[in-house]
Amino acid sequence: MPERGKTRLMLAILAGVFAFLYVPISVLIALSFNAGGLPTAWTGFSVKWYGELFANRDIMHAALNTLIVAVVSTLLATILGTLLAVGVEIRRRKGRFLETIIFAPMIIPDIVLAIALLSFFSMLNVKMGLHTIIVSHVVFNLAFVCSVVRARLKTFDWSIVEASADLGASTATTLRRVVLPVLMPAVIAGALLAFTLSVDEFIIAFFTAGAGRSSITLPMQIFAMIRFGVTPEINALATLVMLFSVIALALSQRLNRGGLPGQ
Amino acid sequence: MKSDPSTLIPSLAALCATLGLAGAAAAEDLVISNWDGYMAPDAVDSFNEATGNSAELVLHGTNEEIMGKLIASKGAGYDVVFVSSPFAEILHKMGLAEELDHAKLPNIANLYEAATQLPHDPGNTFSVPYAWGTTGLCYRSDLLAEAPDSWWDLLTPAEAVAGKTTMLATDRWLLAAAQLAEGYSVNTTDEAELAKVKEDLIAAKKTLLAYDDTTFYAKLVSGEAELVQAWDGWCNYGIAENADIKYVVPKEGSDLWVDEMLILKASEHKEAAYAFVNWMLDAGNHRWAAENILYKVPNEAAMEGLDPALIEQYPNMGMSAEDLLGYELLMDVGEAQRAYAKTVSEIKAAN
Amino acid sequence: MSPVKDRKPLYLMTPALAWLTAFMVVPCLLILALAFFRRGIYGGIEYVFTLENLAMVVDPLYARIFLKSAGIAGLAAGIAVVVGYAAAYAIAAMPRHRQPALLFFAVLPFWSNYLIRTYAWIVLLNREGLIVHLFRWFGYEGELPQMLYTETAVVIGLVYNYLPFVILACYAPLSRLNPEVAEASHDLGASQWTTFRRITLPMTVPGIAAGFVFVFVLSIGNFVTPALLGGGQFQMIGNLVYAQFLTANDWPFGAALSMALIAVMMVLLTAQTFASERASGQGGRDA
Repeated sequence: MPERGKTRLMLAILAGVFAFLYVPISVLIALSFNAGGLPTAWTGFSVKWYGELFANRDIMHAALNTLIVAVVSTLLATILGTLLAVGVEIRRRKGRFLETIIFAPMIIPDIVLAIALLSFFSMLNVKMGLHTIIVSHVVFNLAFVCSVVRARLKTFDWSIVEASADLGASTATTLRRVVLPVLMPAVIAGALLAFTLSVDEFIIAFFTAGAGRSSITLPMQIFAMIRFGVTPEINALATLVMLFSVIALALSQRLNRGGLPGQ
Repeated sequence: MKSDPSTLIPSLAALCATLGLAGAAAAEDLVISNWDGYMAPDAVDSFNEATGNSAELVLHGTNEEIMGKLIASKGAGYDVVFVSSPFAEILHKMGLAEELDHAKLPNIANLYEAATQLPHDPGNTFSVPYAWGTTGLCYRSDLLAEAPDSWWDLLTPAEAVAGKTTMLATDRWLLAAAQLAEGYSVNTTDEAELAKVKEDLIAAKKTLLAYDDTTFYAKLVSGEAELVQAWDGWCNYGIAENADIKYVVPKEGSDLWVDEMLILKASEHKEAAYAFVNWMLDAGNHRWAAENILYKVPNEAAMEGLDPALIEQYPNMGMSAEDLLGYELLMDVGEAQRAYAKTVSEIKAAN
Repeated sequence: MSPVKDRKPLYLMTPALAWLTAFMVVPCLLILALAFFRRGIYGGIEYVFTLENLAMVVDPLYARIFLKSAGIAGLAAGIAVVVGYAAAYAIAAMPRHRQPALLFFAVLPFWSNYLIRTYAWIVLLNREGLIVHLFRWFGYEGELPQMLYTETAVVIGLVYNYLPFVILACYAPLSRLNPEVAEASHDLGASQWTTFRRITLPMTVPGIAAGFVFVFVLSIGNFVTPALLGGGQFQMIGNLVYAQFLTANDWPFGAALSMALIAVMMVLLTAQTFASERASGQGGRDA
């Protein structure tokens, strides 16, 4: 195949895939500005759905809850996950059991973990609320942070650690002054991945939430809205969530010049 | 403020503490769980204002959703829940429902005599009926060639209607469609009957658009569906948007379903919970609920004052208590629940 | 060689491992243990040892649901891998300085809300939805086949949701390929296709395996997409598990199904690790 033909084929593939990825989202974004709100007819440009969205106290409250859950669980997961990654990689001697435990949160079906945590918390008579969602989100978030950081550590040059030790630095100092700066981009990338997963997570949050409105998160709210049919406010919400994602991802890209999180 | 990483941990701890406190503060409220849109929008505020309580409303989408949470948490966190009668029975049999003290519920006197003697809970020992009604066919009279009058019109639809029907997704009501069509009890535990029901519903699945518990009336309005299995009140939501939508109880009959209010044994706000249930049973409040949700309520005093224009627009609101009681109440089937669940799995897994 | 020989690693790992033990291992073991007890009449649990729940898993009905949902998940994973690999390959073939931006936009949708992404397809596919209206707008009068609430819709939804991850997973090994190897192969007279089949593909197997397993695992345990896009007419294992815990109130059987599901996933992941290790030729550090 001549090079030109190949390039054309590649461009065609990209065009197709990007169309597939972006048409559905673009439709929602376009509809969010449709005065009528319905996908069947364009009735004029309007931002009224955004007005309704911001006036909807339930949605705003849920958004705030989601933010709290995501920020706190990400912070905790980033600290625990990074330490775990460094510990595992230093150890070198791999245990199957250890690997399984670290990997498990990423593969246990959400519904199983959700039900398990719900029964566990009620067995211990823990009052459920945002804090139980946070605790649960840390479980899978720390696993993801750990895997991102470990990927980075694979190419880490351990000789600089030895050098640092030879120069008399304590282990803690070495970790803080030598290892952490090198790992920082991966740590941030992992944190952003965790943050996004937490913002998106629905099933575990649903089951580990408390009874009151005070622990309803955004995905729970969205699920309730979708289930009751076509609600134009969702389009506006989708647009804002996308905007938010662009910013978050661009940020992670800047901070982690080496590549994308999860890579 | 300087941003030193070492301040991170203390601030994190502070944040956690705040969260814990926020959770504790919110938990002081009376928590009422109901279906979305199943109460007047101002009901909880009115109750709080009238009684000085601070109740909050949370929503559940389906009976199953709230049952899962209640059973796993032994009811902790919730005070009053709204569930359908077979589920109320299960909560009672599991020991999660409060034995009701009628001295605190004087407004029970407003209920129809029959509504206090329902077979699953004669004398309202653990449950108080909130709304009741029938399950039937809701359809677009302008799109169907002829008005349906039998469950078979849904199960074996005319060719023009095939692919434009929906059935309820919840086990009991899905099975009820075929149980009624065959003339069986809606609480049958007979294996042969369940097998026949399964066969009917697997056949019906081929002509089905979807199983739908929550948006069937919207599908009628948009024209996606033309004939759906529906609870009468939810059909009214469709009628409100399109007057060509009609409701009929098929000639083979309907089940009688009753949605109830329960106070949980684990409730830490029992006084307020009683106050809420009693407040809701007040003739005026219960009527206001009926007028908002377009469902019949089993409250004689409330129904007597119902606006005749409402019955004009939504004929099924005028169904009498006697008519309703002529239908068989959905009851918990006990041990047969496993067979019911398996039957539904087989139907939903069929091609 | 490890430079740190003291017990530091353990001390670093302890907080996370303690967290995972307390909030994952213990709760999951508690739930899975229920599989060995009998279901009480009213949904409670009778603490009598029994194997009947596990026996029920192999009942033809549930075996069929297992196979059926494995079929749907496999189809979704297969399509996602083919499309994702093609996209990753195309991105890797673009000029180096363009690749980060392309990758950025390929991954972006993955960062928006899962439910919203699924909802978008309801808007597009329903009988009164955008696609049908577009057809009508172009003057098409006939009846279009039902699109929403079909198996196809479920598969589209799953592929759509997980595709970005597959692109990412496949791009990583593709971008690391040494172009000189391909050139050498070319110089030796191999056709592009042969080069791809004999050199590129084998070296990128880990990415493909990771992508496939990821999509498969998430799909088979999914219950939201079949509910929203399948109109409740398709049962994935996820739906079945959900139904046992919530609808049927049969926790022991739900636990037994969960165990079976986790077992399937373990087998797949082992296979994936095996594929990756073979591809990387046992030489490097085990990962």
